[in-house]
Amino acid sequence: MTSLRHWAVALALGSAAALSHADTTLLNVSYDVMRDFYKDYNPAFSKYYEAKFKDKVIIQQSHGGSSKQARSVIDGLEADVVTMNMATDIDAIVEKGKQINAGWDKKFPNEAAPFSSLQVLIVRKGNPKGIKDWADLTKPGIQVVVPNPKTSGNGRYTFLAAWGAALKQNGGNEAKAREFTQALFANVPVLDAGGRAATTTFMQRQIGDVLVTFENEAEMIAREFGRGNFEVIYPSVSIDADLPVAVVDKVVDKKGSRKAATEYLSYLWSPEGQEIAAQNYLRPRNAAVAAKYAKQFPAIKLFGVADFGGLKAAQKKFFDDGAIYDQIAADIAKKK
Amino acid sequence: MATTTRSLATTEAPWIRYTLTTLALALITLLLIVPLLSVFYEALHQGWQLYQDSLLESDALAAIKLTLIVAAISLPLNLVFGVAAAWAIAKFDFKGKSILITLIDLPFAVSPVVAGLIYVLLFGAHGWWGPWLAEHDIKIIFAVPGIVLATVFVTFPFVARELIPLMEAQGSEEEQAALVLGASGWQTFWHVTLPNIKWGLLYGVILANARAMGEFGAVSVVSGHIRGMTNTIPLHVEILYNEYNFVGAFACASILALLALATLAIKSYIEWRTEQQAAEDRKHATEE
Amino acid sequence: MKFKQHSVLPGFNLSLGYSMLYLSLIVLLPLAALISKSLGLSWAQFWATVSEPRVVATYQVTFGASLLAALINLFVGLLIAWVLVRYPFPGKRFIDALVDLPFALPTAVAGIALATLYAPNGLLGEPLEKLGIKIAFTPAGIVLALTFITLPFVVRTVQPVLEDMERELEEAASSLGATRWQIFSQVILPTIFPALLTGFTLAFARAIGEFGSVIFIAGNMPFKSEITPLMIISKLEQYDYLGATAIAVVMLLVSFALLLLINGLQWWMAKRLGRRK
Repeated sequence: MTSLRHWAVALALGSAAALSHADTTLLNVSYDVMRDFYKDYNPAFSKYYEAKFKDKVIIQQSHGGSSKQARSVIDGLEADVVTMNMATDIDAIVEKGKQINAGWDKKFPNEAAPFSSLQVLIVRKGNPKGIKDWADLTKPGIQVVVPNPKTSGNGRYTFLAAWGAALKQNGGNEAKAREFTQALFANVPVLDAGGRAATTTFMQRQIGDVLVTFENEAEMIAREFGRGNFEVIYPSVSIDADLPVAVVDKVVDKKGSRKAATEYLSYLWSPEGQEIAAQNYLRPRNAAVAAKYAKQFPAIKLFGVADFGGLKAAQKKFFDDGAIYDQIAADIAKKK
Repeated sequence: MATTTRSLATTEAPWIRYTLTTLALALITLLLIVPLLSVFYEALHQGWQLYQDSLLESDALAAIKLTLIVAAISLPLNLVFGVAAAWAIAKFDFKGKSILITLIDLPFAVSPVVAGLIYVLLFGAHGWWGPWLAEHDIKIIFAVPGIVLATVFVTFPFVARELIPLMEAQGSEEEQAALVLGASGWQTFWHVTLPNIKWGLLYGVILANARAMGEFGAVSVVSGHIRGMTNTIPLHVEILYNEYNFVGAFACASILALLALATLAIKSYIEWRTEQQAAEDRKHATEE
Repeated sequence: MKFKQHSVLPGFNLSLGYSMLYLSLIVLLPLAALISKSLGLSWAQFWATVSEPRVVATYQVTFGASLLAALINLFVGLLIAWVLVRYPFPGKRFIDALVDLPFALPTAVAGIALATLYAPNGLLGEPLEKLGIKIAFTPAGIVLALTFITLPFVVRTVQPVLEDMERELEEAASSLGATRWQIFSQVILPTIFPALLTGFTLAFARAIGEFGSVIFIAGNMPFKSEITPLMIISKLEQYDYLGATAIAVVMLLVSFALLLLINGLQWWMAKRLGRRK
């Protein structure tokens, strides 16, 4: 009994001692695909921060599906910063959790998105089905692997990319765009819950002729599955996916970590941060870095979510329950 | 059982025995052994070194530690409950028994996703007690207590459910006899009931243990996924899988399989020791 | 009729009281929070959410596949338990240990392993594909995953009862001239029947809620292979907590009703058997 008490006292003292020495700790709640980027970025930032402020900063990482992570923050996960793949996820924290103040997208340049990606087509080696552009995905007999737009931001971007491409081709005719998108989703044999699962279905299980995913994911696939096993096709036009970041006001004010958290995000726009992004195949904002890595980022025509009146409007129009995507899914099921 | 000699009256013709055994083994091979081997194959097919490295990595070790802690807290809680509930249900007749049993079963039917969600509704920032907890700086979800609660919930019925049919089948004649002979309630429980139910109890604990360590869905909702801090082994497996680190993912999965096999090995050992003990007792008895 | 029948055994109040307290804290209170949350919807909204055609289609898939998986396990589980208890064979302890594997493996790993094996290019999927049988990414894949996940239930509930069964009964029956089949169906089966039913119930209940393993092998095609938990996830993905809890409540009520039915049936049978004794 006494030994137990000693132990408890020692533990209490130990943790108190640890607290008095405490370095700043930041929790970055992020989504799945960003793991590799932050693995490189966090040590670089720590070094920079220590040199500048003579103070240590420890960064903890949490990864998961983008919306799921946002939900955790809403429900009380004490993140200092959030780094998401859709602005709607940060908006949700503003509206439902009130941990982030409105106007977060004005606190950093580029609407608080330090880099972007876009949707590309990944086909089997030698492109046996001759896939060149979005229109080829709607042909009968082609199997397209995409993640479920209902459960994955990646899937939502794919849907919007296809819809936008069809709009451009048909002079803004919405009925045509819908027909086109329906034909594309009718060719989907498996709807995985997330982008990474879709990649596994395509690469490991060898299902489908084409996988639609982010450009930076294509690089990950190359690193993990070998470069010779597939080809990346850039369609004639694609969607510009901005990847936003924000400081979680309520948490940093409580913890007193606002300075470090703001530094952490600002540094994403520094030349070093931008360079690390480019190395991870995220399209940088910095012109000099963009020029240096121009070779790996082919210039193609892009449209943004602004064309849909912003992500929030797009979510409501296409992806909410009973909205266009659900109607399309029901029509496809009926025809089969 | 190994000690009983079988008379023809209580077993089947050899061809039936062989057919049934073969059929059972074939099914086990197809349903269990092949998936198990595939886990180990995926974990080891790029060499022992990589397997070892994946497990000795600090995040993996932290996940293993957390998983063991969570199981060590949640199991005793459910063990005590299971015995108490089984005693009340199997040994007594009372109104509303079926409803009580059904409520005990309910956590099985609750989707793991929902099992996590209900604790968020209670302890989350916008839950019933969230604001109070935040005021007092007490962390339940996205910390170890939340993970323990979710684990307790998903393993809730195991021990009770294992014991109820067993204790019902045994009836309560032996306990009644002990009481008539003057034993106290606790003595009766320790010396009469417990020896009778020990296998069922052990099965229940082993199942609950396996499930506690393997639970993914519910824990995933309340964990917060902070690397090296609130990730259990199954969550770490998911992270590695999503990093396309298949070897690492399956290596950690194989640890869970090995942990389960280890608990079963312990069970077999206890069984064997008990048999030995019984044989020795019998020997003494005949010598005297 | 009194609440409790008289018994000489002690400890009823203590054991029942403790059980009820623990049950309330761990299970009932959180579930009350769930139901209370769903009351944030009006009845019309609630009904619209849970009766949407796509959601209804998932009920069919979920309950159908769970029932099928539990039925398969009723037979497979009995067979395995029987062989493990009654027949000697080499490696028995190891096989016995293996039965719990589906619990120990994280469900997601089980799903991934099964999808790898049964995919069209998998070890087992490829020969099956040649025979024209598709398992992974079809509803059959869901049944397979659920069968795997719930396999231990029937085995582990039947096994202790079989082990405890007194052989004298069988010997007595045999000496009275009963055939082996008669002994099995009239002596053994009635004894293990409550355990069998328990195992079946638990397997079924567990299958209904399962998510992690199914999601990797189902294909998740709307109206065809979507399961109900996926609907909950997709509601949450839209930050629609109310809609998610509404579907969760429906699942909860249906499971509760089904479990109550089976448990009631079992209690009634036990009582009848008891009288016959």
